[in-house]
Amino acid sequence: MNRKEIIEIVNRFLAEDIEVDPEALKEEAFLKEDLGIDSLDFVDIVVVVEQNFGFKIKPEEMSKVKTLSQFYDYIEAKLNAS
Amino acid sequence: MKRVVITGIGIYSCIGIHKEEVREGLYYGRCGIGIDPARTAYGYRSPLTGIVPRPDLKEALTRRQRICLPEEGEYAYMATREALQDAGIDLDYLDKNETGILYGNDSSSKAVIESHEICVDKKDTALLGSGAIFQSMNSTVTMNLSTIYRLHGINMTISAACASGSHSIGLGAMFIRLGLQDMIVCGGAQETNVLSMASFDGLNAFSLRVDQPQKASRPFDKGRDGLVPSGGAATLILEEYEHAVKRGARIYAEVAGYGFSSNGVHISQPSEEGSAKAMARALADACLKPSDIDYINAHATSTILGDAYEAMAIDKIFGEEKTPVTSTKGMTGHECWMAGASEVVYTLLMMRDSFIAPNLNLEEPDENSKKLNIIAKTIDRKLDTCLSNSFGFGGTNSALILRKI
Repeated sequence: MNRKEIIEIVNRFLAEDIEVDPEALKEEAFLKEDLGIDSLDFVDIVVVVEQNFGFKIKPEEMSKVKTLSQFYDYIEAKLNAS
Repeated sequence: MKRVVITGIGIYSCIGIHKEEVREGLYYGRCGIGIDPARTAYGYRSPLTGIVPRPDLKEALTRRQRICLPEEGEYAYMATREALQDAGIDLDYLDKNETGILYGNDSSSKAVIESHEICVDKKDTALLGSGAIFQSMNSTVTMNLSTIYRLHGINMTISAACASGSHSIGLGAMFIRLGLQDMIVCGGAQETNVLSMASFDGLNAFSLRVDQPQKASRPFDKGRDGLVPSGGAATLILEEYEHAVKRGARIYAEVAGYGFSSNGVHISQPSEEGSAKAMARALADACLKPSDIDYINAHATSTILGDAYEAMAIDKIFGEEKTPVTSTKGMTGHECWMAGASEVVYTLLMMRDSFIAPNLNLEEPDENSKKLNIIAKTIDRKLDTCLSNSFGFGGTNSALILRKI
């Protein structure tokens, strides 16, 4: 899966499942401050990532992910490592 | 002691999804019972149930609010939205005036069972999602509604089996009488999904009159063969009398009396003594005599034993008066945790519009019920003071008296 496909999938589930405003889905956007994703939303993101990419996010790894771009990077790295 | 009145009602049930539709259903004796094929597939003996439509809340609530609401919470939201609107209460009022919530609920099976199934399959609780815990707890309705409506007063769920909704009103009235709260959201909610009633079905308590769903729930009738489970939610806004008058609220009735008792005998069988004690205590609480009661909304669920014991108890107290009695469960089925609240809403609609809704499917009374004045077909009748009974597993009993002022 290439980065473009990852971005498409992530943006789709953030918009549809987490109901983030699609207009706000910019690479430099901060997940908490700009997209309004809170701690409970992260619990649901673990579920949709498992459903869409087949791996389980570890909470300690996600704590380092601050922006949407870093989130794409994290997923890309996990997929490449598997 | 302060006086307590009801200034708003909301109802979401199998005979209507708002109070005026329900009023029509009551007046014309509409039955909301049908067949749920999923129950047969799951292993139920009886597929009969009240058919309650799921509301679409996508426009009304945020994702976070929706994801924490189980089925019965959605119904409770719909009923509460209607009740608050009916009482003329908006979010701005709730922000500025401390309001409580005491709501009846005694299960939230679907979220519990589905969480278990995910864990069995995935072996990881991280995949349950954030809504599971908030949907799973018995207090799901009060935790959700208190958040959605930004309530700042008393906040808890009343779990008392099929008397939950009735006790929530009785206890709400106590808080207001004592001057602890000016306004409390009371009510009851009941889930209807296929996972919610399996163990109850396993007790052989449900009607098997599958070929005639609309004749299956027949309270007090000699041919009754069990109850039909149902659900939805009902909400009532309880308010201190002077507070209601001051803000110009429309008053449906006063909560004039609350009676309670516990049978302390059998876990599932009712008792004449316990039922009669709750009714007598409600009368004493309201300083009324049996002859003051214009109508009794019976608990009668269409089970052999339950209806018989209640008929004996009503006859014991109201025998000389021949007070009109109906159970609305012939139309609605048994709305369980919600029933005590919904039946107060039904009674208030009858009081408002001066009629007695029929005891549907009463074709031949049995030896106990023939002693009562059961109204089989709708009659127009002015009602000033009414009593509503609710009894539950474990022998919990509640009786409420509503009086026009």
